[in-house]
Amino acid sequence: MNIVVPVKVVPDLVDELEITGDGNALDMTFMRMALNESDDHAIEQAILLKERGEATVTVMIPDVEDAERILYTAVAKGADQPIKLTGDFEDAVNNHALARVFARAVKEKELKPDLVLTGVQAHDDLDGSLGPLLAEYLEMPYVGYVSGVTLTDGKATVRKEYPGGLIAEMEVTLPAVLGIQAAEQPPRYVAISKTSQAMKIGGIVEHAVEELDPSGGPTVSRMSQPEVGERAEMIDGDEDKVATRLIEIFKELGVV
Amino acid sequence: MSQDIFVVIEHLQGRVMDISYVMLAAARKVADETGGDVVAVLLGHEAQKMASDLAADSVLYVEHPALSEFTSDAYQGALAELIKEKAPRVVLLGHTSVGMDVASGLSARLELPLVSQCQSFRAGDGAPKFVSQICGGKLMAEGDLPEATALVTVVPGGFKPEEGQSATPPQVAQELLPSLEQLRVTLKEYIEPEAGDVDISKESLLIAVGRGIQREDNLELAEELAEALGGVVCASRPVVDQGWLPTTRMVGKSGKAVKPTVYLALGISGAPEHAEGMAESETIIAINTDPAAPIFDVAKYGAEVDVLDLIPALTERVRQAKGG
Repeated sequence: MNIVVPVKVVPDLVDELEITGDGNALDMTFMRMALNESDDHAIEQAILLKERGEATVTVMIPDVEDAERILYTAVAKGADQPIKLTGDFEDAVNNHALARVFARAVKEKELKPDLVLTGVQAHDDLDGSLGPLLAEYLEMPYVGYVSGVTLTDGKATVRKEYPGGLIAEMEVTLPAVLGIQAAEQPPRYVAISKTSQAMKIGGIVEHAVEELDPSGGPTVSRMSQPEVGERAEMIDGDEDKVATRLIEIFKELGVV
Repeated sequence: MSQDIFVVIEHLQGRVMDISYVMLAAARKVADETGGDVVAVLLGHEAQKMASDLAADSVLYVEHPALSEFTSDAYQGALAELIKEKAPRVVLLGHTSVGMDVASGLSARLELPLVSQCQSFRAGDGAPKFVSQICGGKLMAEGDLPEATALVTVVPGGFKPEEGQSATPPQVAQELLPSLEQLRVTLKEYIEPEAGDVDISKESLLIAVGRGIQREDNLELAEELAEALGGVVCASRPVVDQGWLPTTRMVGKSGKAVKPTVYLALGISGAPEHAEGMAESETIIAINTDPAAPIFDVAKYGAEVDVLDLIPALTERVRQAKGG
């Protein structure tokens, strides 16, 4: 069983988001990037499947800042093959471009995946999610919003999430691409020392990609902070002041 | 290419989902600008009656047993045929578990441009503009709807579902069967949500915790506050994904939609997926150290303090207030 997990990084929302002088893009100059959260769940799900049976887990990432640390963290968790795609990923790259290079790399590296796991979405997706694009380029079926995977006999039985807590159990013929919403257990913690150890051993395979083709995504003419109708009335002061005011509010609302 | 706006109607277990009406309302706005019709696209099996309250100029109904409930493979196959043949100006799909499964695939298969997380549309010079909400609700991105047929996934929030409903049934035209062969995805069964110990959608006072709670042990602080206030603890997705609370306590897109009298959001950023499930609460009070957290845009009251400092202080005051 070959499992491939293509991942990407996104702006870390803990930081303030700055817009470029042109007003049409995120200013990436000082932006801290982080592994896309649902991609972390996709890595975890791949490793859980490996632990349940025979599988080789390949993790692929474009060559961006922190790419190697992300790959070695995945190795420390149990991934077998880290691949870094090298090329010009400096400018903001969309999912159409990424899906094309991931699909080409899967073919060129002859990874022959039975299963491709991607994060179901990323907060900066503006041209759809990566998984179903990749599925189409690899001519595989796709199911997203998945929070549980069981493999049997050339098929995957998956739990697909719908609103209100409803789950659809679906059967998908392999090879397939799945968009992971949440792994069956939270992404495991791995000690920094283990990541450093993996880093010392090395083993990242580099694979050069050709020019990126973002066609299929929209062009942004303006980026802005959301227009706020009526923002919250802010309570100033430390926790004691805030608590005191909240008690007043609770009294007005008849809660206490 | 026509100037029509297609809306792919989402339905589950025989019920039209709210996002479908939201999209019909959005489509009307775009159609007013392009001069085309709003066309609802209903895929299903013996599902014609679901068209009755759709606010559309017409309904294209595609009948096939494989379309009775959503599966990505069958839906994508049927939609690809239809879009290729009719070439509408825009196709709206939900930015949901249904729409997102097929939108990107259609974009790749038909080589059509795709815009996602679209919340509203603006009039532009020539082409209507999309306005998308990205980065957890912290940024809006806008631009011209691409030429050729533009595929768009729509998030809730920009239009009210009622605006997409009509008392007069629209005209329905049945489309010929698409060729749906060798389907690779099948629905086995639906698993209904567990009942859980409490139904958070029926509670009037909710203490909601998010990432700001930091550690599982800290949930106890929230439980104590809830007990003092006479409320119930619920959570945003990250807390449930950590396994700290059961899924029955999750508020948001894949969880419950709640409308309590008071919603106290502790350390929750208020990403669109969460806001979708709680924005209708009567009074929202948000505590978050990030002044840019979108939760402050839906809250009535807010404070930028650390929830771990605030909760014990607040619990203490509540106990005093109730005791005295």
